Amino acid sequence: MSSHNDQQDIWPEQPPSRKEMSRRQFLTYTLGGATAFMGAGTILPMVRFVVDPILHKKGAGDFIKVAEISKITEEPQEFTFELKQKDGWYDSTATLTAWIRKDAKGDIYALSPICKHLGCTVGWNNNKAHPDEYHCPCHGARYTKLGKNLEVAPKPLDQYKTKFDNGWVLLGDIVPNTVASEEA
Amino acid sequence: MFKNIYNWIDERLDVTPIWRDVADHEVPEHVNPAHHFSAFVYCFGGLTFFITVIQILSGMFLTMYYVPDIINAYASVEYLQSSVAFGQIVRGMHHWGASLVIVMMFLHTMRVFFTGSYKAPREMNWVVGMLIFFVMLGLGLTGYLLPWDNKAYFATKVTLEIANSVPVMGPVLKELMQGGTIVGAETLTRFFALHVFFLPAVLLSLLVGHFIMIRRQGISGPL
Repeated sequence: MSSHNDQQDIWPEQPPSRKEMSRRQFLTYTLGGATAFMGAGTILPMVRFVVDPILHKKGAGDFIKVAEISKITEEPQEFTFELKQKDGWYDSTATLTAWIRKDAKGDIYALSPICKHLGCTVGWNNNKAHPDEYHCPCHGARYTKLGKNLEVAPKPLDQYKTKFDNGWVLLGDIVPNTVASEEA
Repeated sequence: MFKNIYNWIDERLDVTPIWRDVADHEVPEHVNPAHHFSAFVYCFGGLTFFITVIQILSGMFLTMYYVPDIINAYASVEYLQSSVAFGQIVRGMHHWGASLVIVMMFLHTMRVFFTGSYKAPREMNWVVGMLIFFVMLGLGLTGYLLPWDNKAYFATKVTLEIANSVPVMGPVLKELMQGGTIVGAETLTRFFALHVFFLPAVLLSLLVGHFIMIRRQGISGPL
């Protein structure tokens, strides 16, 4: 007798091979799936909740009148201006500072005094050892008139977007420096 | 009377083995300062835990007056410190304890390092200890902002600037911690939540792991 016939004797009703899921496996999948669903249902709202601030659209900021063009000199001058901002459930005004000057060609640009090292506030010509430079009192970062980083800081000082209207300089968002590269 | 109460409970719940298992174990001679005074270096881990308990208790009481809101945070801290009886003491405990925890933890780490106690089979406990170290630093960082004074504000600005300098992830990480584009109302509530709920929860679970491991593996042998 062949082995094939033996098998026929033991499982006479065996249908041609069909992969069936065992009860145990079915239960494992069902319970696992239900657990995963309930877990995700619990966790996902919280995850979305915590990352909400970074998903808010940031509209381009308004331009604000800061200084009269006639008052801009080749020597950088400090101007402060107020910016309306939303801080969660508060509306507040932030006082910002810009160092504005015009270059030899008369082009006006405004630098942000926030140090590109670790965010302290730089000042113009405030270190006797290094005249005519921006200097940061925290870790001694230095920048040229155009904001080019000389020491400590990894990047040049940021610039404000500028617009000119009726003899006034208007400042907008803070953007990476574009003028420092002119100084080779 | 207390003994009767204890016996009444013990008859029903058999609690004696539970606390025996936690508290009743021999301390080897080489870590007992009564035998060798120099063994006091083995106390720093326990001291870290003791101060951590003080931090948790004083912190719980501080939240009875503190408000994590940019308008009221500073005023509430000033009020609890200057107008509430023992406010200066309770805040002082939390303030100085915060520094002391770091000091004790550092000394404990040094002891473990110089006695070579981090070696096999205790490597996992060293790693958990390091995780505790980072959680403690996180607690210090988030707690520092809560008084919402100038020092707190600018220290946090600088810290977030450091987070910002992380390659690739930096700006997102900063904004996530900040809860927006500026250090403001949402930063304060975020740091408060991390400081009083999230980080302590992580800390306590790590501590449980730390202690279970030291009981399983025992204190490392003498040098």
